[in-house]
Amino acid sequence: MIWILKMAFRESRGSKKRLILFLSSIVLGVAALVAINSFASNLEDAINDEAKGLLGADLVLKARMPFSEDAESLIDSLGGRQSQEIMFTSMALFPKIPDTRLIGVRAIEEGFPFYGILETYPANAATEFRKNNGALVDEGLMTRFGLQPGDEIKIGDVTFAIAGGILNIPGESIRAGLIGHTVFIPYASVTNTGLLQKGSQVEFKVHFAFDDVDAELLVESIKPTLVANRVSSDTVEERKEDLGRAFSNLTSFLNLVGFIALLLGGIGVASSIHVYIRQRLGTIAMLHCVGARSLQTFSIYLVQVFLMGLFGAILGCLIGLGIQFLLPMVLADFLPVEISYAVSFQAIAQGILIGTVVALLFALSPLLSIRNISPLHTLRSTYEDDNASKQDPLKWITYGLIAVTILAFSIYQTKDWVNGIGFATGLFAAFALLRLSAWLIVTTIKKYFPKSWPYEWRQGLSNLYRPNNQTVTMVLSIGLGAFLISTLYLTQNMLLNQVELSRGENQANMILFDIQDDQLEDISQTVREFGSPVIQQVPIVTMRLSKIEGETLESLRESRNRRIPGWIYSREMRSTYRDTLSPGEVITSGTWIGNYDGGDIPISVEQGIAETLELQIGDEIEFNVQGVPISGVVQSFREVNWQQVQPNFIFVFPKGVLEEAPKFHVLVTNTPDTETSSAMQTAVVQSHPNVSIVDLDLILSTVDDILSRVSYVIRFMALFSIITGLIVLTGAVMTSRFQRIRESVLLKTIGASRRQVLKIMVIEYLFLGVISATVGLILSLLATWILAYFVFEVAYVPNLIPGIVTLVVVALLTVLTGLVNSRGVYDRPALEVLRE
Amino acid sequence: MAEPEILLVDNLTKTYRNGQHRLTVLDHVSFSLVTGSTSAIVGPSGSGKTTLLSLCAGLDNPSSGSVILNGIEIGNLNEDERASIRNQFVGFVFQAFQLIPTLTALENVMVPLELNGKKDAANLATDLLGQVGLGDRLHHYPTQLSGGEQQRVALARAFINRPRILFCDEPTGNLDSDTGEKITELIFELNKAFNTTLVLVTHDLELANKTQRILSLKGGRVETDEEVNISG
Repeated sequence: MIWILKMAFRESRGSKKRLILFLSSIVLGVAALVAINSFASNLEDAINDEAKGLLGADLVLKARMPFSEDAESLIDSLGGRQSQEIMFTSMALFPKIPDTRLIGVRAIEEGFPFYGILETYPANAATEFRKNNGALVDEGLMTRFGLQPGDEIKIGDVTFAIAGGILNIPGESIRAGLIGHTVFIPYASVTNTGLLQKGSQVEFKVHFAFDDVDAELLVESIKPTLVANRVSSDTVEERKEDLGRAFSNLTSFLNLVGFIALLLGGIGVASSIHVYIRQRLGTIAMLHCVGARSLQTFSIYLVQVFLMGLFGAILGCLIGLGIQFLLPMVLADFLPVEISYAVSFQAIAQGILIGTVVALLFALSPLLSIRNISPLHTLRSTYEDDNASKQDPLKWITYGLIAVTILAFSIYQTKDWVNGIGFATGLFAAFALLRLSAWLIVTTIKKYFPKSWPYEWRQGLSNLYRPNNQTVTMVLSIGLGAFLISTLYLTQNMLLNQVELSRGENQANMILFDIQDDQLEDISQTVREFGSPVIQQVPIVTMRLSKIEGETLESLRESRNRRIPGWIYSREMRSTYRDTLSPGEVITSGTWIGNYDGGDIPISVEQGIAETLELQIGDEIEFNVQGVPISGVVQSFREVNWQQVQPNFIFVFPKGVLEEAPKFHVLVTNTPDTETSSAMQTAVVQSHPNVSIVDLDLILSTVDDILSRVSYVIRFMALFSIITGLIVLTGAVMTSRFQRIRESVLLKTIGASRRQVLKIMVIEYLFLGVISATVGLILSLLATWILAYFVFEVAYVPNLIPGIVTLVVVALLTVLTGLVNSRGVYDRPALEVLRE
Repeated sequence: MAEPEILLVDNLTKTYRNGQHRLTVLDHVSFSLVTGSTSAIVGPSGSGKTTLLSLCAGLDNPSSGSVILNGIEIGNLNEDERASIRNQFVGFVFQAFQLIPTLTALENVMVPLELNGKKDAANLATDLLGQVGLGDRLHHYPTQLSGGEQQRVALARAFINRPRILFCDEPTGNLDSDTGEKITELIFELNKAFNTTLVLVTHDLELANKTQRILSLKGGRVETDEEVNISG
């Protein structure tokens, strides 16, 4: 063993730099994993440290309707410090501009937050805003409309002076309110806004702070009363768990992206070690010749790879610890807490372990070939092993180990068998397709070689399949990078296009809701005055599902006879009545009845929710329509196209049942341009401040905003794969450097100019880059189509521009990396090289 | 009493397959060598000299026939068992020296002993390098040595294990005539000192004539097998 260690050290003389370069391909993969895991550990610590600040209270009770008398008595009996809150969405009008915007209103009593700090500018605005009937407005909204403290915001019937901007709400990332920017108003002013009318989606909350009460135990003891009164609770522990779960998903996902970079590095290691061993053929043959057993020589190189893998992993850990400082910046929009930095030794240990294991596993296949190197190479340098073509069972075991490691890591990260296996399978498929494509391309080039092309082009092209070529490795590494990046762009593009498609002429692109009966005529008139059609006008009745087949939801939930999702239980549902199906709706089962003629009330149920609730045609269902029980039978199941900009419903009643129930209306229209849209919204909100409006521009900008932020994070992670790809490329170019020097010297000797030699190299790298990027691009089109078809369920029309941009950039990067690493190749003296 | 036979080759045949084609490189070759003898295998290119050497030294497996080295039939051994035999009984000198470029002269010579786990490898190797005139070049790497010096290191490596038989493949082929002459002298000198059986493969008839026996190969067969009358 000592001799093996000595030999491993001696034998690495003069090759350490090369070995380090080989193994540097795993550095970034390890760095990514360590950075993410260390960040995740710091995040967990921060969530624990700031636990109470996450909720701003010890306990929050909330309901989707005003608290019942029982609930009120319970709340009074709980004691402690309390702060009431009413939350709803509404339009806000900014008279200074004038413009409008859908916002999330939080009318809140003094006291909140009991823990953590509501950060505002100016700082005292957080406590002072209630004094002069002021409002606090989300910083994003302030910036968007160029608002300053002192400007006005009109919500419903009340005009508030903006007391300050909100910088941070305890427990929330600023971007949590991306769709509806948050505005705080005094609790006392909420009634004056006139917005708490029937039909509005309002949430009622009470925040509690206790001195000596365990909120968890308290919730446990009052659970039956809460359930009976449809009040839900939120405690610090629950919030911690929710956040922990959400961020565990995020970090798992980022880890998997980092893992791809590491695997790519593994392929680089395999390729480099393969070439390294080829270069060591003479030494290994000599060792065998003087009596070294195959296990001994194998062990020498295994030790080298292990040490270099360890070195690469440690270096990766150090870089990862540096990168973890960048992650909070990258993820700033999603973080609910301030992250403090600490070195996570668990993350380091994990990084070192997985980095070394990946390096060893991927190096194992080329290392195993050492065992079969014949001592005859000492006598004949051109000797070809008879055994070389034989399949080595140990190599297949190695491939199996690699597959198992990938699978195990994927399952460990996703913490889910199906997702883990799915990710690993996808990865294997991508690798297999890339490898197959590389093989197909090389075989095709060989078979249909363009003999009539100029010499430099032919030489550059034929270099792709020269002996010991690394075309497959390069296509894998560059192709995978290109695949990741272009899939990202194509998916983002696809989703935005999908929203954009709705902008067609006469297509609905604006929805006005919360319109009261007496406002309907006036608003329809206003819409028409702006030259817009009233495409749809839908009455909406809010109700709760109370019984299925005579059994209450409470007892169904308890008996677990049916799956009752929490939201169905706690939320008010918005249903409508009409005599026809909407465009895009299809009856999948039962019959559609549009008019009620007496007897059982026929109700149409959306297919998905019918499956969730395990409903059958003919089942009896009962609703609580604002205090009045109404029961009917399931008459039909409908498939609903949720992507259409129109009000879609889970339950649809026939005409002739709900007409007298308290209701509000939704009006769907089309505006030709954003100016008309903006002017119409301002006009409607000025005359009817309770009406809320969502327009396509808002949806588009929101989707764009969310996708940009998410893709920024993914791009950051994909960068690791791209750079790893370039390192693998650099390694590949460096390992074939001597071969290139020999070739260029030979060419020089027989009269090739520097320009010609350079041209051959440029052409070779250009082919490599273009082939790899094209393969990556084709795969990404396939992947995007799969995502479009199976995940997003939209028709996919590929936009090739981002793909072509990726192709050009990747090809140029490949040529640049190749040339930078080949510099000086032409300048080596001919004699020196030919004598080597 | 007659010296015992160190190498016994019987009906040795080596055939290579290349697709449908079969190429017989050695065709039923038989001979034996006694301990301490010196022999040369000569013949034109492609006559099978190197193949014969590789089979006799246990570097390759015969297609048929047998090779008994130091009383052990090596044709039936696996690669690791043959490696062990080479380490114990065989020394090699090659035309291209075949020194390990990343090891110093001393380390190159130590390798066969270290493989055996010998503790005093460094001392023995230093002594032997001194004997071949490289006492002051112990820590030089092969690239820092001249061709002649590299072949001296190779010689020291070949003798470090006190082999029973030494196989030399064109040992002077890469050297100028003066250096070649000195290396030849050294080979015979060490061979005598260590009482090793010497087998030379060469094109050089002058070198072959310095051995006691010349086996001439042609077309994979032994064409002649002659004793040489060595004078002086």
